[in-house]
Amino acid sequence: MTATITFSADADGIATLSIDIPGRSLNVLTDAFFSDLDAALDRLAQDDALIGAILTSGKPSGFMAGADLEELTARHEQGISASEAAAWVAGKAAAFRRLETCGKPVAAAINGLALGGGLELALACHRRFALDRADVALGLPEVTLGLLPGAGGTQRLPRMIGIEKALPLLIDGTRLKPAEALVLGVVDELAADEAALAAAARAWLLSRPQAVAPWDRKGFRVPGGAGPLAPHAPRSFMAGTSRLKATRGRYPAPHAILSAVYEGTQVPFDTATRIEAKYFGTLLADKVSGNLVRTFLRKAAARKLPRQGREDAAPLAVTRLGVLGAGMMGAGIANVAAGAGIEVALLDRSEDLASRGLDHARKQCEREVKRATMNPEDAERHLARIRPSTDFAALEGCDLIVEAVFESRAVKAQAFAAAAPRLAEGGMLASNTSTLSISGLADHVADPARFIGLHFFSPVERMPLVEVIVGKETSARTVSDALAFVARLKKTPIVVHDSPGFYTSRVFCAYIDEAMAMLAEGVSPALIENAARLAGFPVPPLAVIDEVSLDLQKLVIEQAKADGLERRFLRAEAEPVVEALVALGRLGRKSGGGFYDYAEDGDKRLWPGLADLYPCRAAQPSAEDVGKRLLYIQAVESARCLAEGVIDDQATADLGSILGIGYPAWTGGALSVIATVGAEGFLADCARFARLHGDRFEIDAAILDRSMGVAAE
Amino acid sequence: MTEAFIYDHVRTPRGKGRPDGALHEITPIQLATQVLEAIRDRNGVDTALFDDVVMGVVSPVGEQGCNIARVAALQARYAQTVSGFQLNRFCASGLEAVNVAGARVRSGEADAIVAGGVESMSRVPIFSDGGACYSDPRTNWDTWYIPQGIGADLIATMDGYSRDDVDAYAVESQARAARAWDGEWFARSIVPVRDILGETVLDRDEHMRPGTTTADLARLKPAFAETGRRDGLDAVMLQRYPQVERIEHVHTGGNSSGIVDGAAAVLVGNAAFGAASSLRPRARIRAAGSLGSEPAIMLTGPAPVSRRVLERAGMTAADIDLFEVNEAFASVVLRYMREMEIPHEKVNVAGGAIAMGHPLGATGAMILGTVVDELERRDLNTALITLCAAAGMAIAMIVERV
Repeated sequence: MTATITFSADADGIATLSIDIPGRSLNVLTDAFFSDLDAALDRLAQDDALIGAILTSGKPSGFMAGADLEELTARHEQGISASEAAAWVAGKAAAFRRLETCGKPVAAAINGLALGGGLELALACHRRFALDRADVALGLPEVTLGLLPGAGGTQRLPRMIGIEKALPLLIDGTRLKPAEALVLGVVDELAADEAALAAAARAWLLSRPQAVAPWDRKGFRVPGGAGPLAPHAPRSFMAGTSRLKATRGRYPAPHAILSAVYEGTQVPFDTATRIEAKYFGTLLADKVSGNLVRTFLRKAAARKLPRQGREDAAPLAVTRLGVLGAGMMGAGIANVAAGAGIEVALLDRSEDLASRGLDHARKQCEREVKRATMNPEDAERHLARIRPSTDFAALEGCDLIVEAVFESRAVKAQAFAAAAPRLAEGGMLASNTSTLSISGLADHVADPARFIGLHFFSPVERMPLVEVIVGKETSARTVSDALAFVARLKKTPIVVHDSPGFYTSRVFCAYIDEAMAMLAEGVSPALIENAARLAGFPVPPLAVIDEVSLDLQKLVIEQAKADGLERRFLRAEAEPVVEALVALGRLGRKSGGGFYDYAEDGDKRLWPGLADLYPCRAAQPSAEDVGKRLLYIQAVESARCLAEGVIDDQATADLGSILGIGYPAWTGGALSVIATVGAEGFLADCARFARLHGDRFEIDAAILDRSMGVAAE
Repeated sequence: MTEAFIYDHVRTPRGKGRPDGALHEITPIQLATQVLEAIRDRNGVDTALFDDVVMGVVSPVGEQGCNIARVAALQARYAQTVSGFQLNRFCASGLEAVNVAGARVRSGEADAIVAGGVESMSRVPIFSDGGACYSDPRTNWDTWYIPQGIGADLIATMDGYSRDDVDAYAVESQARAARAWDGEWFARSIVPVRDILGETVLDRDEHMRPGTTTADLARLKPAFAETGRRDGLDAVMLQRYPQVERIEHVHTGGNSSGIVDGAAAVLVGNAAFGAASSLRPRARIRAAGSLGSEPAIMLTGPAPVSRRVLERAGMTAADIDLFEVNEAFASVVLRYMREMEIPHEKVNVAGGAIAMGHPLGATGAMILGTVVDELERRDLNTALITLCAAAGMAIAMIVERV
């Protein structure tokens, strides 16, 4: 009958509306769907023979995954106004309201993923039945894209389960398993299989229930109360607001959700959805949302990077992985690979060191088993895949060998020399180095074409990014094989060309070096850290230097000098600060103190000695300026990377900075930040900083244009 | 120009602001009524000479709702021509009421007004009235609402007052309050609270802990550390004060104002009223004013508003004999003394709200009364009364003995 919804009816007068959006892998809320829904509701309402309907999905990939993100992106790009955006979403909310008030009961038979607008659709039904299966999840993740559930979600959910229970689901975008949804009251019944699901929905409809939402009944009260005098108000609204301001101050969506719920739950339902639509409008029109959606889509696209080179042949399938070095990085890489079903030979110099790596994996598995995210049998199998060894013979037949040993060219060369002969035919070698030239390391192996950089981030399990570094001689085939491996690990790759610091380390150093420069200028260290937090950095710079340690910085600087790198790579502003602290034995957290002192219980305080080494000058900059210096120096450095061909496009810088080095996501990334703050203002500030603080802030118009104009597909 | 005089003042003793407090059984309307009755009865004055009753109430809801001032005037059987209204300038309300009364008298609109305040915190707790500043997420965010304890701890952090410093201040407040009660310094002005049988339920401030030592106070846990961390309040405050690394939490229940029940009333009138009622004025209202200050830290207004009011009066701090600075938190007073460069000897000489409690709407009128008594007892001339208030406000008044 209709293109997106199949309408059928049985002898009992029960209609089944089965959603299957053509040409899409997932059901999403397209314009066609809304007009088909409208027609279906007309039919349901007008046909006296019909007693009610079951709304379900005809697509195995899920019930309904939510809004069409491409459509959202288009609206961001058009520059939609807040009022236009409010009207746009109000139309969708009205469609769901029509369903709710059509006069016939509708059961949602949730037989797959129900996210965002998809869950909102289910909430507008009169009863929700969910399939209790591993692939079924329910959630309202709009907040993660800088939006809110604008089709009634912020108003139905609290009216259904109370404001206190609804708020975390809305503000954190929590994904619920069916059993969790049942406990919370988001769904009404679970069913073990599709047949039981249909039967339960039918039985309910045959009981001739009323097709009236609770909030449309006289005397309805929001469970648990609403407004400023509700008993939960100090927790939900007062503490709720301060917690958001403390941790997500740069993200308008969580706060807008809190306001929509606070305001909307104090008025009748239709007024409430009007308020919700207006708050939605403010978010869709905001640049932050556009940035978050773009990042989300780019991350998905990066995972599906087209295979370069060998289109005719399949990429290298890594069945056996060799990892050299069972330290923090090596152990992490081994663990993640085992998780992807890959057999791993984990090597180190001694039995003790090698088994360290397996211990790391064991601890991770134990944690997951305890959390019930992994069952014990799978944990056993997982650990069995990792074989620690001290013998290079164990690497025999490995398709890929990744080196994660000490950051010294000599040590790495030795490791490769011993490992390379064991490589399987057609295999490749990779280095996890964050600082040494890939091309330089490739000189030490027999086949530089099959050598590449695979730079992981710590902790490997949690960090989604892998920086794939293309050496001078690395072949296109090797790049596509590397990308395939990264995809296998379910991580996001960025492709970067060999150059000092590649992309992420180079830009990360710009961040921390700027902080050290400010410290040396007499800027208060507390101000530096607080300003970084205000700018949206998840970890402020002095704290992060202590994490990665100061002696490593010293090592990197010395190596750069030894390699005769250009002056701009010698980190001149940071060097005196690094030297001063290292000379005092203050290496960072690992030595009990760096810029901070670390107490036994993990509490940290800025080292008072900083005030003597770098006395605070009388006139302090504004927090805004400190934040700008930290944000913009990374943008300028990223722009240079693009101009020099270290990276190929803006998306690489944006994804790499957000996923790899904690660049604030609200900006869209270290290059998107320029458009987000406005190019004119950005240039003016950079010029001012260049005048006051150094030519590292100099950026010319040509480079700027290139940074803004060259976007990823 | 017409002057506004203070002819008399009374206060109830302050009961503990909890269900086991002595005044918990007494309704707030009764507290308000009894102080109004006392003003009339102990002065033998004809209430038809009064124009108005103004009372500060910070939680004007429920039992404290519906314009308790006018209703108390009726309940106290004041002449029916005496109108009334309630006002809310948060903790400054009691003094604001006197200020309003003084302004009306000086402007010629009124001859005599009874001004004061009432707050039964045990029956109508703080925050009972809701409010956008806390609960409306948009307003809370935009106006930088942060609970006052965090501000007090920030003041201590910025000025360098240690836990020992604030506890030592609190010990002194207790000692002075105990000495004042033992010396019967308040005897003239306390109105014991009576029940329906006419029997006294309270005749003495019961929040006090005479003999409190720093060791006693050291045992108490910082009151705002947990909420500062868990609710992100410290982090939000540091967004406003980014040069501060972290807030050291030093305030406890022992060095912050006590939660109590109480009421007060001050009789303000012009010279003509004094003549008509055969009452002798005790003090003159010399100058008054209020001022806004930074709302996040909230409590830093007293010194700026004092300076402004002194300037208006053509005076300096050196011209003031006694200061009453409401002890919302110890750090508030410590900062005030530092900013105004005045010695503790001149400040809160009879103790303060840390020892005796802070019945929100009434305190301003109470500490005004206390300092008028002390000016008389010590044969001194000028006093400045000041209180900080929520949302970043403060009030000050200068009085002069007559």
